[in-house]
Amino acid sequence: MATLKKSHITQCLLDPFASTGADAPDAFRYKGDWRIWGIPLLVGALGLTSGLSGWLADPRQFYFSYLIGWVFCLTIALGALFFVLIQHLTRARWSIVVRRMAEALLWTFPLLAVLGIPVLFGLHDLYHWTHTEAVAADPILAGKTPYLNVPFFLIRLAVYFLVWSLLAYHLYRNSLAQDCTGDADIPARQRKVSALGLAAGAVTTAFASFDLLMSLDPHWFSTIFGVYVFAGAFMSIHALLALCAMMLQGVGNLKGVVTTEHYQDLGKLTFAFVVFWTYIAFSQYMLIWYGNIPEETLWYRHRLSHGWEVHSAVLLLGHFVVPFFLLLSRAVKRSRLFLGVICVWLLAMQWFDIHWLAAPVLHPDAATIHFLDVANWLGLFGIVLGVSMYRLVRHSLVPCRSPGLDDSLHFENT
Amino acid sequence: MKKLLAQIKASMGIYESEPVYGLLAEFADPGALLHAASQVREAGYRHFDVHSPFPVHGMDKAMGLGNSLVGFFTLGGGITGFALAYWLQWWTGAVAYPLNISGKPFFAIEPSIPIMFELTVLFAAFGAVAGMFALNGLPRPHSPLFYSRNFTRATDDAFFLHIAASDKCFDLEETRQLLADLGGYHVELLAAQE
Repeated sequence: MATLKKSHITQCLLDPFASTGADAPDAFRYKGDWRIWGIPLLVGALGLTSGLSGWLADPRQFYFSYLIGWVFCLTIALGALFFVLIQHLTRARWSIVVRRMAEALLWTFPLLAVLGIPVLFGLHDLYHWTHTEAVAADPILAGKTPYLNVPFFLIRLAVYFLVWSLLAYHLYRNSLAQDCTGDADIPARQRKVSALGLAAGAVTTAFASFDLLMSLDPHWFSTIFGVYVFAGAFMSIHALLALCAMMLQGVGNLKGVVTTEHYQDLGKLTFAFVVFWTYIAFSQYMLIWYGNIPEETLWYRHRLSHGWEVHSAVLLLGHFVVPFFLLLSRAVKRSRLFLGVICVWLLAMQWFDIHWLAAPVLHPDAATIHFLDVANWLGLFGIVLGVSMYRLVRHSLVPCRSPGLDDSLHFENT
Repeated sequence: MKKLLAQIKASMGIYESEPVYGLLAEFADPGALLHAASQVREAGYRHFDVHSPFPVHGMDKAMGLGNSLVGFFTLGGGITGFALAYWLQWWTGAVAYPLNISGKPFFAIEPSIPIMFELTVLFAAFGAVAGMFALNGLPRPHSPLFYSRNFTRATDDAFFLHIAASDKCFDLEETRQLLADLGGYHVELLAAQE
């Protein structure tokens, strides 16, 4: 019986386990070449180089752009985490053929922790609450110092990444071990990890969104903010999984394994979380509108003036109205071309959403999308996607000994 | 006009043919029923229906039923509810009985959206249920199938296929033969009672 071997410690950011792809059944073995991970990595390297060079010209702009791109990648990884957790907890069978892709994305957390180092250098440029004199002169911010201070901030970030990485490690290892041994206890073990993981993931995601994004404007607060970030993240992962499957099938893999039925389901869930995002976004907006208290409304004021109102309108149309009406149709969800275009668009909208959350803090007087925003986004996303694809193709492309696999392969929408 | 009405009714599964209503055959198991349905369909019949105690997986495909049109009723209901809620709040708040509540506008889109959302959902649900009833030709208190004593077992342990006499291909002898060839037994002629 084969066992799961660890890879060399120097490779642990790429993949903590030795390749098991050679033992996979032929139908699930990767048959393409290096380009599936090489091209994203090249785009990533190119983007990141030009992005990092922006630091020389305008460090403050660079830090914001980098943070936006980095948080985008973080929401993708968190989306993958929640996706896997929920599939295990609900014992979902339809999704087994696409679960490995999410599992490959999971192990992005340690890499993201490393890629997050530039953010730490930019704390002073990013977060107003790190300016001690300004905080001392501001009674509201002074009252928040027990929470908003640099040492505690760093400890919290470390805890989040530790929790996420541990969860990712267990979920990923168990799934690969199942490929090797077919151990019948693994589904139960995965559910146990997932039950704890869902609770831990929810709390850490909410607080991470408070720390990384909400505290950019330290006077403002919204308790629903964590759910808002989760909604965007969870929508994005379904879109990205559909795209990953299309990429793999585009180079001749998983023929007849991932079918129109699975694409339709991913489309349905994307649609559902487009609506959920809107529901949460509107809940936040309406309560603040109705309360009409300056300390809350100011945040929206910034996003509804000086050109940012155009961004807000694009967000409403592009993140809700257009994808809502397009994804309503069954035919669209079952067409790879249409679904693919919508998924790319929604991933761009997810980035645009995070940009909309963060960038007005830097440019309250003139709405822009800076070149560095795009360069850092594509750079970081390229790296994350490339490394995840590299990790994915080293193993069986689906959890080949998962008990429900047969149901997943023959899954049909009724 | 009469013909159109008959066509619409036929699309709902209400086949009007007097005095012979059609043929009813029993099948041994869901597999035989599934097979029979696809064969009957292939033989060119359109006015036929199957009855089983539980849903048979793949039957829609075997019978050649397309996607349900109920979604369009739902969409229509949703749009109606959305528009109605908008109009209701605008008319009551800004036209019929304007009240100044802490300086807020008489009508604004922001606080109206929850009601618009709720009525969208409510009317979409109405549309879905009404559409489902309409497309199935319900409520339908009586069907000529009830003339068959055996047919009461459709809700218990028997699988039936029935071909209506209104079908273009219907021929008493040929159709009876087809049903028998497909493994149908207890083939019954359903006719209006004297």
